[in-house]
Amino acid sequence: MRIPLTWLREYAQVPAGATAEDVMTELVKVGFEEEAVHRPLDSISGPVVVGRVLSKEPEPQSNGKTINWCSVRVVPEGATQALEGDGIDPSGVQGIVCGAHNFEVGDKVVVTLPGAVLPGDFRISPRKTYGHVSAGMIASVRELGMGEEHDGILVLSTLGLDPEPGTDALELLGLRDEAAEINVTPDRGYVFSIRGAAREYAHATGTPFMDPASLVSVTPASGPGYPVRLEDQAPIYGLPGCDRFVARTVHGINAAAPTPTWMSSRLRLAGIRSISLPVDISNYVMLELGQPLHFYDADKLSGDIVVRRAAAGETLQTLDGKVRKLDTEDLLITDASGAIGVAGVMGGAATEVTPATTSVLIEAAHFEEVSIARSRRRHKLPSEASKRFERGVDWEVADEAAQRAVNLLVELAGGTEDTTATDVGTEPAPVTVFLPAGFASARIGIDFTPEQVVDSLTDLGAGVEEADGGWNVTAPSWRHDLATPEDLTEEVARLVGYDAIPATLPIAPPGRGYSRTQQQRRRAVQALADSGLTEILAYPFVSKAANDTFGVAEAGAPRGAVKLANPLSEEFGYLRTSVLPGLIDTAKRNHSRGFTDLALFESGLVFLPSGTFGTASIPPLGAKPSDDVLDALYDGIPYQPLTIGAVFTGRDTAAAPGHTPRAWDWADAIDAARLVADVTGVDLVVEQGSHQAFHPGRAAVLKLRSGEVVGHAGELHPRLLAEQHLPARTVAMEINASMVFDAAPDVIVARPISTFPVATQDVALVVPAEIPAAEVLATLREGAGELLEDVALFDEYHGKGIPEASKSLAFGLRFRAADRTLTADEASAARAAAVELAGERFGATQR
Amino acid sequence: MSDTPQKTAAAPESTTTPAVPDPLDEAAVGAAVEQALAAIAAAATLEELKAARLAHTGEKSPLSLANRGIGGLSKEFKAAAGKLMGASRGRVAKALAARTEVLEAEDAARILVEETVDVTAAPRRRRAGARHPLSTLQDRVCDIFVGMGWEIAEGPELESEWFNFDALNFKPDHPAREMQDTFFVEPPEAHLLLRTHTSPVQVRSLLERELPVYVLCPGKVFRTDELDATHTPVFHQFEGLAIDKKLSMADLRGTLEHFARLMFGDEASIRLRPNYFPFTEPSAELDIWHPGAKGGPRWIEWGGCGMVNPNVLRAAGIDPDEYSGFAFGMGIERTLMFRNEVTDMHDMIEGDIRFSEHFGMEI
Repeated sequence: MRIPLTWLREYAQVPAGATAEDVMTELVKVGFEEEAVHRPLDSISGPVVVGRVLSKEPEPQSNGKTINWCSVRVVPEGATQALEGDGIDPSGVQGIVCGAHNFEVGDKVVVTLPGAVLPGDFRISPRKTYGHVSAGMIASVRELGMGEEHDGILVLSTLGLDPEPGTDALELLGLRDEAAEINVTPDRGYVFSIRGAAREYAHATGTPFMDPASLVSVTPASGPGYPVRLEDQAPIYGLPGCDRFVARTVHGINAAAPTPTWMSSRLRLAGIRSISLPVDISNYVMLELGQPLHFYDADKLSGDIVVRRAAAGETLQTLDGKVRKLDTEDLLITDASGAIGVAGVMGGAATEVTPATTSVLIEAAHFEEVSIARSRRRHKLPSEASKRFERGVDWEVADEAAQRAVNLLVELAGGTEDTTATDVGTEPAPVTVFLPAGFASARIGIDFTPEQVVDSLTDLGAGVEEADGGWNVTAPSWRHDLATPEDLTEEVARLVGYDAIPATLPIAPPGRGYSRTQQQRRRAVQALADSGLTEILAYPFVSKAANDTFGVAEAGAPRGAVKLANPLSEEFGYLRTSVLPGLIDTAKRNHSRGFTDLALFESGLVFLPSGTFGTASIPPLGAKPSDDVLDALYDGIPYQPLTIGAVFTGRDTAAAPGHTPRAWDWADAIDAARLVADVTGVDLVVEQGSHQAFHPGRAAVLKLRSGEVVGHAGELHPRLLAEQHLPARTVAMEINASMVFDAAPDVIVARPISTFPVATQDVALVVPAEIPAAEVLATLREGAGELLEDVALFDEYHGKGIPEASKSLAFGLRFRAADRTLTADEASAARAAAVELAGERFGATQR
Repeated sequence: MSDTPQKTAAAPESTTTPAVPDPLDEAAVGAAVEQALAAIAAAATLEELKAARLAHTGEKSPLSLANRGIGGLSKEFKAAAGKLMGASRGRVAKALAARTEVLEAEDAARILVEETVDVTAAPRRRRAGARHPLSTLQDRVCDIFVGMGWEIAEGPELESEWFNFDALNFKPDHPAREMQDTFFVEPPEAHLLLRTHTSPVQVRSLLERELPVYVLCPGKVFRTDELDATHTPVFHQFEGLAIDKKLSMADLRGTLEHFARLMFGDEASIRLRPNYFPFTEPSAELDIWHPGAKGGPRWIEWGGCGMVNPNVLRAAGIDPDEYSGFAFGMGIERTLMFRNEVTDMHDMIEGDIRFSEHFGMEI
């Protein structure tokens, strides 16, 4: 809401020297954040005066243009120039070259004299042009920063102005005014008016407030006005769509009369363009009193006005020329011809006020908030009117607003007031809230005196009555947000001032610290960073193709994915089922910036819908849903496991004297996944796997001991890397950290440590090439029995001496007994048993 | 010494075979000793010393041969000759030992000098990783509240509309609901959305935990804002919730002030301004006095807060006459921006490794 200061001053005591900034400083105290200052003088400065065109000589130029060489009187007749300066003619008549033609000798215009500065830091000075010295400029609306719509010279008579030459044009055009723009929270619709803003300014400063509505005296109705019936056949939430409709008529207006400058300049500062006098009047009254109005051309109406919901299939051509299909929930203003407006949102074209209109029917109605909000949303028609109706308009002010519009039409458009009046509807019951004594003090932590409570609420305009143990407070008609003791508490605190609230530190009961999962996550993330990876945070919005490539379910089919209803970009219209697309995009971005040796990881949620998805309905607010309903809400939320992924490209480190870097390879990806498991005490099983995004021979599937798949790791598929313009041998891993963390042991039972001597033996086994080393190792472990303390693969060999399609695996076995020193024979026997089992299982032979 | 091709400095003695002194001839033995001592003293390296040792104490050396000559003497001379030879050979042995020690020390020192490296050229053999500063900052905020006895609560990012709005007292058609710029998902009838704030975790906490509740809810939130220097459609918040008997807005201010000081130093303080949120009443905008702000200490908008609306408590089945409490919420991106002077949101979301690596593990 933009508040022109001259307007505010009419109803609030704003100090003479106060600026828009000063006003905002006050208003922020009562809850209205400062948004901006609108001050024409920030970009325009004098001398800018009224001039009378004395002569205008057209001079055709060689470039095809015709310029006008003008002399313009810029001081009153008979007076001499009091200003001095370069280019200021002491005679009071300036010679000016002007390229525009839409003015005549004798017209009063705006002259920017040498020394003036116009918006865009346009400095006026005498300059030689077209064979003359042009000392000043005859200004257009655009050049004065008053609007974009007119390019021609501003001829003051078109504004209904006939000032003396030399008059300060900045004052005349309202350019010395300024506006404070504040942010109005959705609960305080009444501050979308000068009336509300002045009231709040008075609250903030403790100064008196003059209610503009109280300055309007409503003409007693001489008889029934235009017939209006309120016939809402389908109220929303049981509330009638319209509970008041005031209609007044003014005859014999000149709709083409100019809007006075005082009005158009205030509208302009308030951010509303001047359209025509009737439209400007309706906007002016709306800004002043907060009551949106609609003007109909009374001669275009036929039959009774009926306010009702739309019938199926009904349409309306709105003011913007569009034909709109109406919904049966839309509240309409209709007459015998059908719909003539969507209530509170936009009027119809057929009954529009035009320059030819002579009789106006003024509508000042009160519409229900939800109904307006839905129609506005449905038709995507945000307007100044709907904004106010959605946030609540004062039911009481409708007749004053209508009268104010009548008065302005009479005064400015030469109309005649029709003293008949329509005022139908039912006043809503006032809202009365019991505020227990001490309630506000307990909630705020200030010991409010009864006077502070009563005075604050009275200042707001509320009715306050002493009651047993507290007060019965009746909310003012413009405050729809005061319905609970908490609401009243905020008002008391706000008016006393939040700065008065003391600080006390409450002591929480003993907490349990971080949960196990929280600790696991932090440890895993920190371990990855400690081991040299860089953490990134990518958006979870991905393309369908990315999800289909990376988000592979156990069976190999793409996972189901959640589609956004209103994505920022259609291309990235899905929620990720894998963190790898984001990591790959980030790797590419770093590559494009010259960083090719990368180790990136992300930990974040992925979205894996399956089974129930959401709930068909949601329970009402303000009450705890039943257990069944709550269970359904919980069940409807898709599975969102914490997922950790990593991508490695290039080399592990930079080359340096005495150091040779190593290219990242598939094993690094597996190792990163193992790290996540290791730091949480989980045993990760690595098996040969397959995943369409990975190299078919260099992909591992990662499992828990239970056999559940928790992720994949290895080298990305060469085809995919080529498509993505990533280097060959880029490797990646992704692991469902939630599942890993859940598998962490609660208690790890200690193993006794034997101090008897160790017996180590190596064995090299030749096995078919396709047998995974991990299986051979597990078999040796099994075959060797309990004397085996540890076994590790230390070499793999192919080539000379080894048959085709076979490989040699070398294992180191460490034997130890718990209770004695092993003999060499015992160790050899255990080793032989291990080799024998491997022979049975895989046809392994000793080398 | 068969393996010494080096030019040894023991040249003069080795060319003419010295005469073997008589073991009873004190002067001759003394001369041989002097020769030996001179050779030892002249040895400049361990190699030269070895040559001197062999020449003067070896089996064929005059002193050794003289010593051997004792055996041929008659009994009455043996004692005197033994005494002379013993003392003489002792002097030589002592000198040898002393010289050896000196030369070995010199040698060790020389090796250490030769082994000097340029430590300033030490390679980084381990890649230095980095946390994302947003997650480091989030951890730090959590640490502060856990230190105060609060617990950390979390919830899903894809959330039910009820938790995100209705349970938080957002009326179905109220403008406040629309102002949240929500991402909805298909189909709309499922009533699922990307949470627009971490506040749904408030209701989840109240439903799932025992009273009193003191929790901090950090996490990712979503709004349909296009990415620019100060906006991002995906960002992070942390939200505090305290529900207990007799909590007041003074407790809210005290908690926020305590937190602000732990984050920004003892000079920090906070200011509350009236505002509106559906889930708190009274509500306030929260400014922080940031003593370390770029360009000098000043007030900076930090977040929103207020006393939890009774309708939120009712949504969790809590009697608002018995319990009350407060909530507050701040943006982590915003905090990082003014705390660490990040000027462009793009840097936080693009994943350029220079951004995170500059921070490393700290914030």
